Amino acid sequence: MSSSPDRLVYMANQIGKFFRSQGHDRAVPGVADHIRKFWDPRMRKQIDAHLDAGGAGLDPDVREAIASLKGQ
Amino acid sequence: MSLIQEIDFGTPRSKSETMVTLTIDGNSVTVPEGTSIMRAAMQAGTQIPKLCATDMVDAFGSCRLCLVEIEGRAGTPASCTTPVMNGLVVHTQSERLKRLRKGVMELYISDHPLDCLTCAANGDCELQDMAGAVGLRDVRYGDQGENHVFAKSGNEVNAAWMPKDESNPYFTYDPSKCIVCSRCVRACEEVQGTFALTISGRGFDSRVSPGMGESFLGSECVSCGACVQACPTATLTEKSVIEIGQPEHSVVTTCAYCGVGCAFKAEMRGQEVVRMVPYKDGKANRGHSCVKGRFAWGYTTHKERILRPMIRERIEDSWREVSWDEAFKFAAAKFAGIQQKYGRDAVGGITSSRCTNEETYLVQKLIRAGFGNNNVDTCARVCHSPTGYGLSQTFGTSAGTQDFDSVEHCDVAMIIGANPASAHPVFASRLKKVLRQGTRLIVIDPRRTEMVESPHLKALHLPLLPGTNVAVLTALAHVIVTEGLVDETFVRERCDWSEFEDWATFVSLAKNSPEATAIMTGVDPKTLREAARLYAAGRNAAIYYGLGVTEHSQGSTTVIAIANLAMATGNIGRPGVGVNPLRGQNNVQGSCDMGSFPHELPGYRHIAIDAVREQFEAAWNVKLNNEPGLRIPNMFDSAIEGTFKGLYVQGEDILQSDPNTSHVVAALSAMECVIVHDLFLNETANYAHVFLPGSTFLEKDGTFTNAERRIQRVRKVMTPRNGYADWEVTILLAKAMGFEMKYNHPSEIMDEIAALTPTFAGVSYAKLDELGSVQWPCNEKAPEGTPVMHIGGFVRGKGKFVVTEYIPTDERTGPRFPLLLTTGRILSQYNVGAQTRRTENVVWHDEDRLEIHPHDAEQRGVRDGDWVRLASRAGETTLRALITDRVAPGVVYTTFHHPDTQANVITTDFSDWATNCPEYKVTAVQVAPSNGPSDWQKAYDAQARHSRRIAPAEAAE
Repeated sequence: MSSSPDRLVYMANQIGKFFRSQGHDRAVPGVADHIRKFWDPRMRKQIDAHLDAGGAGLDPDVREAIASLKGQ
Repeated sequence: MSLIQEIDFGTPRSKSETMVTLTIDGNSVTVPEGTSIMRAAMQAGTQIPKLCATDMVDAFGSCRLCLVEIEGRAGTPASCTTPVMNGLVVHTQSERLKRLRKGVMELYISDHPLDCLTCAANGDCELQDMAGAVGLRDVRYGDQGENHVFAKSGNEVNAAWMPKDESNPYFTYDPSKCIVCSRCVRACEEVQGTFALTISGRGFDSRVSPGMGESFLGSECVSCGACVQACPTATLTEKSVIEIGQPEHSVVTTCAYCGVGCAFKAEMRGQEVVRMVPYKDGKANRGHSCVKGRFAWGYTTHKERILRPMIRERIEDSWREVSWDEAFKFAAAKFAGIQQKYGRDAVGGITSSRCTNEETYLVQKLIRAGFGNNNVDTCARVCHSPTGYGLSQTFGTSAGTQDFDSVEHCDVAMIIGANPASAHPVFASRLKKVLRQGTRLIVIDPRRTEMVESPHLKALHLPLLPGTNVAVLTALAHVIVTEGLVDETFVRERCDWSEFEDWATFVSLAKNSPEATAIMTGVDPKTLREAARLYAAGRNAAIYYGLGVTEHSQGSTTVIAIANLAMATGNIGRPGVGVNPLRGQNNVQGSCDMGSFPHELPGYRHIAIDAVREQFEAAWNVKLNNEPGLRIPNMFDSAIEGTFKGLYVQGEDILQSDPNTSHVVAALSAMECVIVHDLFLNETANYAHVFLPGSTFLEKDGTFTNAERRIQRVRKVMTPRNGYADWEVTILLAKAMGFEMKYNHPSEIMDEIAALTPTFAGVSYAKLDELGSVQWPCNEKAPEGTPVMHIGGFVRGKGKFVVTEYIPTDERTGPRFPLLLTTGRILSQYNVGAQTRRTENVVWHDEDRLEIHPHDAEQRGVRDGDWVRLASRAGETTLRALITDRVAPGVVYTTFHHPDTQANVITTDFSDWATNCPEYKVTAVQVAPSNGPSDWQKAYDAQARHSRRIAPAEAAE
């Protein structure tokens, strides 16, 4: 599980699962804020690139959250 | 400097607020009701002769030396057991009292050896002092006849004589010097709470006996040393005192082991430590200690300490000893080369939770300002980072809410995923004391720990399956909400009501009930309901928790669930309640406070906040990066990926302590320059290119911050054997790297911290010297610090309830790995054991053992003591089995103190969703009989031996 982007997808989905019970409208900004605050730029760039490449494996809320971070 | 003499008042302080006035020897004395006459006299400056009384234990009234006369009362009552009353007129000296005391002393001395000149207690013997105080000049009874002193009387063997017990590595029991005052027995019961000692026999046959006439080492004794401290004679004496002699000066300092932060007097002769004695004014420990703090400081002078810097080009090379200057130049050139080739962000560092606040602050400053990135992290990543996240989300601060004194006001204590008797022993003793006085205890832990069952206490135990914390805590909340046990006034006043309603609706769902969750958690719903009612109904209920909460893939969620429970029941904001993380290392709280996390500047302020960052930029005269850096696991991932190449590690053994060792090995091997700054060639050093020798807590000035947020001084008692204190090493390394930091003393570093960190604004060495210690926040609003937080309201404003959905970890048992491994610690060893393994503490624990339930062992044909192979999806190792029903069937347990076991070869990459804190506490494993070390262990050992070679110094020309 150590190779990115699999690991980053796993981590992002894990964050998504915590916020899921708060409902879509709170979950998407919640996930985005968490990734923005705690992930270093190279990790964010990698997950961005993964999303651009189709974003395989990302849960829907998480996908939306990462998309919202684009360019930040 | 002189020896700090603490006044012994003879009996404990009374907590009564009603005052009583009496007359002692013609002087009027006013003291709290319940004070003994002995203590009142001492407060007025009169020391009544005494032997069996000391203020660490309750009065006993056995020695009959402290007799006084009270006008209007018959006889001569013992002043230790006689409480003060208004209007009493007491005389401490009269002809009758003199005669009685002399008679008592005569009897004592008639059965005591008269070898004072060669006795280890010479100069520190209360028996000797009392003989002097009562004017003993003659012993009419002689020293013949029945006695405990001589091995033979004439040619006859003296059956009453017993040889010395030297089984304990740190102290000696010499029964011939015992006066049976029972201070040791009472210290063991009242202070430590272990009940290992007793008095056997009656009358002249009375003897101090560890257990049923066992040796000290063979008994239940945990070697806390309270008995040694209590002993008025040389009966129980530190072996170091026997060897060296009495100390001549002492310095108050702070223990460098766990997060309890015990204050000690380092009693010295020149620069040699004679003994460490817990300091009564220490507010964390109140005069108590454990085996590590009091005795296990021998590592500071251990022969394996590395005292000269070393370098090498490749980890396959042997080490080469060089000058400090050459080592710094080598390291600086390597780091500069890496940054030039791979970019500014290709290097980083790890601050040490064993080093001082000042040292930690400097390392993060070097990284942020010198390296120009925020790739700084600390070992809290792998222990309490979820605490930081969870408590700041819900309450607004990243720390525990109480001081340790708070436990004295607690009616119900709930311990979750912690075993304080092993990992925070002095706190455990303080807790056990209130438990014996009636406080109720709930323990949520997969194992039946020492806290669940020990003498005179029994807890309500919820033995959950590892990994189901959130389900259990949410079920507790379910009971509290659905049975109407919520403190609605508190919630309405102090918390966000609509968030509370969302949360209450969620926890009330049938799927969160104890009955519905029992199938996952393994906890009996009835017991769980009982626990919830007990916690909610107690007047003051406090939660104490440890790494069994945080080190899970849902660690942060569990911390939030704990905070929710405390808010819902109104158990926040006064003494006796609260949410109390028991922090692992001595300064892990401090290292977090000092900005060791990649996203936060000192004082837990995000690096992206311009106003805060600009303040640091102005003070440090440098532009700072506004992006969060890499956390430890991310550093490893990036190293394997090839974008992270250089690491400066101060006082932390990441190879042994971090999970999935083979992953860590791969990461370290991929780096071009690893600088290890430590006392010993630890496991990480096997993969290092530069070794900078570190200094011990005895060799430097600074401060540690314990689990109560208490900032305490660490004071230098000897010159650093390696030449420099760690803060000086970091400054010199930074200078070689082109980043100048100018400080003449750690107090100047603290001044800078105070100037830049609002919660530390009022902290200075002058204030610490004056008050002894302060708990942050310490600023204009709280000039003497803050023992209890969130009084009247939360730091973040309204307390925030957050929904905590249980999401099982992806680490699952199955046919190949049917058992769950959970890990922990043992009393005598500390963390990776680098320090404690280099002390006599190994007599209690010289190897990690695998605890396994008899059923699981029998199924596999494993007998107690057999070598077993322990395998997970991550790796395998071997160790010896210990068969015990302390663990439930299906669960196995081990410690991680020994590098040759390498428990972390087994643990996996799974981590907390919010902070990447590794999931040490849940690993699916299989256990099978084995013949010896695994291939991994053999290869590891060979690599370690090869890597630790130090080239012989070249002959001088």
